[in-house]
Amino acid sequence: MKVRIPTPLRSYTDQLSNVDAVGATLNELLTDLDRQFPGLRFRVVDEQGRLRKHMRIFVGADMVRDLETVVDGSAEITLMQALSGG
Amino acid sequence: MLLVGTRKGAFFIRGDEQRSAWTVSEPSFLGHIAQHLVLDPRDRRRLVLASSTGHLGPTVFLSDDLGHTWSEATQPPAFRSGERLGRSLKSVFWLTPGHPSQPGVWWAGGSPQGLFTSRDGGDTWEPVDGWNDHPMWETWAEWPEQNTPDGSMLHSINIDPRDASHMYIGLSSGGVFETVDGGLDWAPINAGCEASFFPDPYPEFGHDPHCVRLHPLHPDRIYQQNHCGIYRMDRPEGRWVRIGENMPKEVGDIGFPVELHPRDPDVAWVFPMDGTDVWPRTSPEGRPAVYRTRDAGESWTRCDSGLPERAWFTVKRQAMTADNNDPVGLYFGTTSGEVWASKDEGSSWTCIAAHLPEIYSLEFAEPAADAEPASKSNP
Repeated sequence: MKVRIPTPLRSYTDQLSNVDAVGATLNELLTDLDRQFPGLRFRVVDEQGRLRKHMRIFVGADMVRDLETVVDGSAEITLMQALSGG
Repeated sequence: MLLVGTRKGAFFIRGDEQRSAWTVSEPSFLGHIAQHLVLDPRDRRRLVLASSTGHLGPTVFLSDDLGHTWSEATQPPAFRSGERLGRSLKSVFWLTPGHPSQPGVWWAGGSPQGLFTSRDGGDTWEPVDGWNDHPMWETWAEWPEQNTPDGSMLHSINIDPRDASHMYIGLSSGGVFETVDGGLDWAPINAGCEASFFPDPYPEFGHDPHCVRLHPLHPDRIYQQNHCGIYRMDRPEGRWVRIGENMPKEVGDIGFPVELHPRDPDVAWVFPMDGTDVWPRTSPEGRPAVYRTRDAGESWTRCDSGLPERAWFTVKRQAMTADNNDPVGLYFGTTSGEVWASKDEGSSWTCIAAHLPEIYSLEFAEPAADAEPASKSNP
């Protein structure tokens, strides 16, 4: 699956803006990202498994907060930070 | 060397031996919140940085070469996954190196008001269950969080130099707490301290300590800058005495930091702020000054020579520090991004850095001579 990485997380991906990851759900996909890029997941998901307040995940064009959302291999996943007030 | 944590990154300010010429580094982690940057005084080499951003979760970065290279903690501070209260750490607010007999041990305070420890120089962290899961935690701590502007925080982790298992912590708000068994159990220690915002102004806990400092050579003496005044405690009695009553009434005794002389337990410095009306937290009447006591708070001297006549900055609780020289050098950082230095124990002041981002923390550090790579001097 293609995953778009926002600039604040590219220090983990060797500055790559697009990476590949696998997983049947967003949760699994984030775990795979953390396997490839250690430390990334905790910056996005807290210790209780909740997406952090100001982070956003899009599956295709749909914003999703439930990390148990099932994703199929054709979807493009976008991680981003919420924008508001500048 | 001064270690500067700011809202937009970390900076190193290097001084010459005369403490006359100062050089400000390029930023490390530009744009990241650098809440607290501390050098391990045991090896004088390991730097630990408490960091986050506006969006990403909190973490800790480590450096062994004065910031030329950094690594991220393998396991940053966090509450336990699946715990009963479902707490999520929003920031690592305070860092304290462990007791000299415990090399590699570090302590961290957070928001929410959790306590965390590392035994490997800050690489992996564990929650301190004796505090975080104490049966009284929900009562002592601000929980659910009140979401004050910067959140509630655990700060002022002080370790008794005579006994690694004897520690004090401050909760803003919540009060001062003590453990004598290395963190397994805790008790409030707030007798004599006012909490004027409560119907009962002298409760057992619920106070708002802003900064608590244990004297390194005379650890039976503790100073506290509280939301409700300046206090001193002399153990073993364990009762706070409001030494801020001896401050000029027109200035008052509200502030964030209190800093101690490294040798003389009767000497301390505070930076008063306006705690009237809606709490501007700027200097009273916009006239900045440090106040110094040389008699354990019986009297105070205004120290404003060299400081601007009018200014409207705040000095946060982690943003005042002292060196080990004789006379002692004193330093403070402002929310307007200035660092001020005094070579004469606060009597006169010089601005040694300006136009930095909002300063959150300032720590004096004496790195090992070979801590910095020979070919580099400006991280």
